[in-house]
Amino acid sequence: MRDKQIEDLKDYKYGFSTDIESFKAPKGLNEDVIKFISNIKKEPKWLLDWRLKAFERLKVLKEPDWQKPKYPKIDYQDLYYYSAPKSFKDKPKSLDELDPKLLETYQKLGIPLNEQKRLNGIAVDAVFDSVSVATTFKETLTKQGIIFCSISEAVQKHPELVKKYLGTVIPLTDHFFATLNSAVFTDGSFVYIPPGVRCPMELSTYFRINASDTGQFERTLIIADKGSYVSYLEGCTAPMRDENQLHAANVELIALDDAEIKYSTVQNWYPGDKDGKGGIYNFVTKRGLCKGKNSKISWTQVETGSAITWKYPSCILKGDNSIGEFYSIAITNNHQKADTGTKMIHLGKNTKSKIISKGISAGFSDMTYRGLVDISPKATNSNNFTQCDSLLMGNKCGAHTVPYIKNKNSDSNIAHEATTSKISEEQLHYCQQRGLNPEEAVGLIVNGFCKEVLQQLPMEFAVEAQKLVGISLEGSVG
Amino acid sequence: MEEQLKIDFEKKLKDFSYSDQEKKFKETNFKEFLKQGFPNRKLESWKFSDLNQIIKSNIGELTFYNDYKKENQIDKIQLISDLEHNKLIVIDGKIEKIDFKFEEKDKIEVLVEQGEETIKENINSLINLNNAFSNKFCKIIIKKNYSLKKPLVIYHSTNKNTQSKNTNSRIDFKLEENACLRLIDIFKDNTEKNFLNIYYNFELDKSSILKNYKIDKSINNNVKYSYNNVKQEANSISETFILSSGSKFFKNEINCNLQGQHSSAFVNGIFDLDDENHHEIKSNINHLVENTKSYQLVKSVLEKKSKAVYQGKIFVSSEAQKTDGYQLSNAILLSENSEFNAKPELEIYADDVKCSHGSSSGSLDENSIFYLMSRGLNYKEAKKLLINGFLLDVIEKITDEEIKNLIKNLLGVKE
Repeated sequence: MRDKQIEDLKDYKYGFSTDIESFKAPKGLNEDVIKFISNIKKEPKWLLDWRLKAFERLKVLKEPDWQKPKYPKIDYQDLYYYSAPKSFKDKPKSLDELDPKLLETYQKLGIPLNEQKRLNGIAVDAVFDSVSVATTFKETLTKQGIIFCSISEAVQKHPELVKKYLGTVIPLTDHFFATLNSAVFTDGSFVYIPPGVRCPMELSTYFRINASDTGQFERTLIIADKGSYVSYLEGCTAPMRDENQLHAANVELIALDDAEIKYSTVQNWYPGDKDGKGGIYNFVTKRGLCKGKNSKISWTQVETGSAITWKYPSCILKGDNSIGEFYSIAITNNHQKADTGTKMIHLGKNTKSKIISKGISAGFSDMTYRGLVDISPKATNSNNFTQCDSLLMGNKCGAHTVPYIKNKNSDSNIAHEATTSKISEEQLHYCQQRGLNPEEAVGLIVNGFCKEVLQQLPMEFAVEAQKLVGISLEGSVG
Repeated sequence: MEEQLKIDFEKKLKDFSYSDQEKKFKETNFKEFLKQGFPNRKLESWKFSDLNQIIKSNIGELTFYNDYKKENQIDKIQLISDLEHNKLIVIDGKIEKIDFKFEEKDKIEVLVEQGEETIKENINSLINLNNAFSNKFCKIIIKKNYSLKKPLVIYHSTNKNTQSKNTNSRIDFKLEENACLRLIDIFKDNTEKNFLNIYYNFELDKSSILKNYKIDKSINNNVKYSYNNVKQEANSISETFILSSGSKFFKNEINCNLQGQHSSAFVNGIFDLDDENHHEIKSNINHLVENTKSYQLVKSVLEKKSKAVYQGKIFVSSEAQKTDGYQLSNAILLSENSEFNAKPELEIYADDVKCSHGSSSGSLDENSIFYLMSRGLNYKEAKKLLINGFLLDVIEKITDEEIKNLIKNLLGVKE
């Protein structure tokens, strides 16, 4: 039974593509395309100006090249910056009007959009290529004053909130990929939790790249007002294609006084085939701002997909007593490469941060943890604890740790530890003695290695992630 | 500065009659330096210490020409009195005296050469600067199976009227099979606004042992850079200890290639900084074959506006299975203006390894102070006792008893 299950999962099961007619913007990156995107979304003028400003800035920016995994140069003129299912030209009003093929796609991915059929009570916003196709449980949420919709809708219905917060954490003048996103972002989720509200269910976005030659540039903005709480999940998949596809998203989190945001990601983009052909370039900018006092932002990520993962979800701890957390599992197999980690920037007094990172590399892959802990002179009595462990399987892969530690405050403490090792023969022997086959044994040990992080995930996700950890390492033992 | 460089380089070329090959070597290096200039923060390894900026704000305009024909006074230098030792005295980048009076003459060979390219790849522009402007460099060979009876002390100093000058020196060592050398580098310059650029090359043959102690204790206003390149064959051991304290700015860089099985490298350091001093240790331990070992321990005590940087890297190639690499850095920040930056880096391509690093920084433990004060010590004494204990950890790693005591006395640390 179990063997069959594993057999079924061995290949990338989300690799199918949906044969759906799509409507695209002309290829290339220029002012006209930006105007086209803005026009089709019926955006107000300030947003178009904002995009164009970002585009101006982009012209002078250079693509960064300090990262460990190198990739062939991307031709930004050879990409589609907007792609939407054709039936979306006039947005359907309800799920009944949705293209059945789309529904089927999400069914296949295991994300039923029909609310009645759902048992686990997670509100989902599904993003297909460049547009958001459906958002569920809207009514339940609206009752509490929670806004959960696509960012395009938010621009129309809540322009004051978007205008106030968009670009405050990741400014227009940031690095290349963030600025590119600011210029051409298409859709994404928008969440606003009003003061004192504890969001009754998990909010979730599911990203899917379908069309070929497209870059996905989504933008997520989450605002937790005073004293509120929200837990947000993000999942991603893409079809198997031979060429590399770019995914450059921006995620901005803002936590005001006493608010808490928990952001979890299970990233399972198509990683490319066994020889490293194809796969997604996952170059994402994620940044959270603990703006108010006693606020908390916690990032949890399980990174198993993508040909190249290059991201550093960070926390800017501006408010006094604010807390930042980062829990990460990154697994690379075959020819996958990852350069990931976090930044904890302590600005306020009594701020605390915690980093737990677990990296596992197998096959011919290469994994780098890169992190920054910066305690500014004013951040008195701040604390950081960092632990990053790496596990290597085979001598064709690499694991690297590059932490940057800056302490400018004598009342603050930073502790950092890192280890690199392999699975011990003794542990393997013990598990096999109890009747597990070598692959099961490795799966069990790896799951134990990752436990600290898996525990942080919401229930449904944890189960999925645990399975994913096992699958990602298939074929790496022996 | 470019003008000054060109004038000084022309002057230098006229001074000696160089062979065509030597001339070409110096010119290539000079051009490379002209192209790159002093390293700045845009370079990853100089991120925390922008030398270009440091030279600008501390020195201003530099001159690069040194008259190597001039005799320098060596009797002004205060020698270590409580330790019998061999001497090598470097003043303004010129080797003034080599004295191996305690050793058997035929066991040590001293070659004075004009300079040859021993390292092909470009390390950084400062090595180019060194190659272009250094005088004849000296190569010391310790013969097979010989271990020096007394340590060799290298005194680095400047003339008392030397100012705003860049001096370059290079010394190479070769330890033949089973040879042993104890080396103390001591800085005796009390001038200001000079930039000392020092470059060492060590070749350690099978089973040889190198113990290198670098002591920068006397207070001065100079900017210094030292690069140690160590190549280790099978079963060799290198031990490097750095006491980084007196200079305005000092960056010590250790590059160690473990290319023989069962070779091991130890790098230990102490930052004891005050005022606005800014020091850095950067280590690069390359494990290239199986069964090699490295150990690094760096501790810092930072007063006032001082700043310490530790960048330690352990590299393990895919052949280097069974590597054991360890690295630890601790820092105590005593003033609200002091700063500690660290970048402990692991780059690992082999799976059967044991590598770990740790780094911590923070203030003195108030509980320990309270405990000591409750036993009748005053605050100052309690603080001193705690710091002593903290630093003693590193000093105890020194394997040579004589030198350990010397350093303990220098730091005023008692057991």
